[in-house]
Amino acid sequence: MRLTQGTFSFLPDLTDEQISKQVEYALGKGWAIGIEYTDDPHPRNTYWNMWGQPLFELRDAAGVMQEVHACRAANAEHYIRINAFDSERGFETVRLSFIVQRPSVEPGFQLQRTEEKGRNIRYTIRAYATDRPAGHRYFATDRKT
Amino acid sequence: MSHVTAEKPPQATTEPRTIDLRALYAQTDIGSLLAELDHELVGLAPVKRRIREIASFLLVARAREQMGFSSAPPTLHMAFTGNPGTGKTTVALRMAGILHRLGYVRKGHLVSVTRDDLVGQYIGHTAPKTKEVLKRAMGGVLFIDEAYYLYRPENEKDYGQEAIEILLQVMENQRDDLTVILAGYTDRMETFFQSNPGFRSRIAHHIDFPDYDDGELLLIAEKLAGNAEYRLSDSAREALREYISRRRQQPNFANARSLRNAFDRARLRQAMRLTQREGAINVDDLVTLEASDIRASRVFDQDESPDNGTDRQR
Repeated sequence: MRLTQGTFSFLPDLTDEQISKQVEYALGKGWAIGIEYTDDPHPRNTYWNMWGQPLFELRDAAGVMQEVHACRAANAEHYIRINAFDSERGFETVRLSFIVQRPSVEPGFQLQRTEEKGRNIRYTIRAYATDRPAGHRYFATDRKT
Repeated sequence: MSHVTAEKPPQATTEPRTIDLRALYAQTDIGSLLAELDHELVGLAPVKRRIREIASFLLVARAREQMGFSSAPPTLHMAFTGNPGTGKTTVALRMAGILHRLGYVRKGHLVSVTRDDLVGQYIGHTAPKTKEVLKRAMGGVLFIDEAYYLYRPENEKDYGQEAIEILLQVMENQRDDLTVILAGYTDRMETFFQSNPGFRSRIAHHIDFPDYDDGELLLIAEKLAGNAEYRLSDSAREALREYISRRRQQPNFANARSLRNAFDRARLRQAMRLTQREGAINVDDLVTLEASDIRASRVFDQDESPDNGTDRQR
């Protein structure tokens, strides 16, 4: 099941050229770019791991793309996203966030039902991948360390 | 304004057989940029000539591209050498604008750094620091002032070497992402290049900034005054001419920078003179620097020992 989080997630995956143009747009708006990765893509997990510091004071997308490539090389089979943070007063929040890498196989989420008092049902979802320990979740076979 | 001319390529692979370089020239708006350069920067003939050459070359490269010839992006890393105050930084700033208008760099901003911004304090600190600076400079021009400080031969554990290696790698592999300009005093840069031959070979343009002659310095001083909306009286101009020839004999002479300092001090003296004066002052008094403002300088002291001429005179 394809993970749909953030902007553009219902579109086909962006090519590097398209990513670079989106970054260019964000930089043009004066937003700071941050790169984050995770292998726990639960929709309520907002705390992905930061790939280095957010990139402040950049003028050109080339520097961001360099970091994206480095992050991909270090975190194969992880989700990677780009966040663009607007520090302007009144916003002070992420204005744009989109996925730039996803694992080759995405097993998706299980819908869990919990029965409570009065036969009420509580629903929650759980990523199948999180059965495994972090760092081994989206690899077909356990990663050799 | 010199016009750019080029030979017609022997055979064009696509339809247009001729290309109007002059139209291309007008289109890129370099003309006004170069005129501005001529107008605002005094002297520096070899520097201006080299900038024209580079501008023409980039124009021809663009024309070649339109005609379907290969035009591998040229290496435009530069080294500016020259004595203090000869305009290296000023020209570097212009260079970013020129390269941007020619479409050679994408953003045309200048990131100006010194050793402190590139080299870290402890092991493992240098590489991230240098890379951070490089990322900021992408799409523009990275200007490394006093670049020879990067290399400290007396300390073989110096982290400067690490910064140099990263710089060299990026200068080689990401030529279309950023242009590096090194600047420094002539003699020290020479030793720097001797100990880092990799740098010399990766830098295509070594531009030497000559010292200004007395006439040029006077012109610079007048431009400085003009920009700050001051005026030199005739006697003040004469005094300044004398000041320049005297100042040149003294140690720590820094060309235009010395003139700027002299101008700033003259302004202070003028303000003092005006506040101490009785009666009303008019517009002319406010904008005019008199000979006495300049002649009060210690440079004019008769019995001055030669080692006294620092820039921190009264």
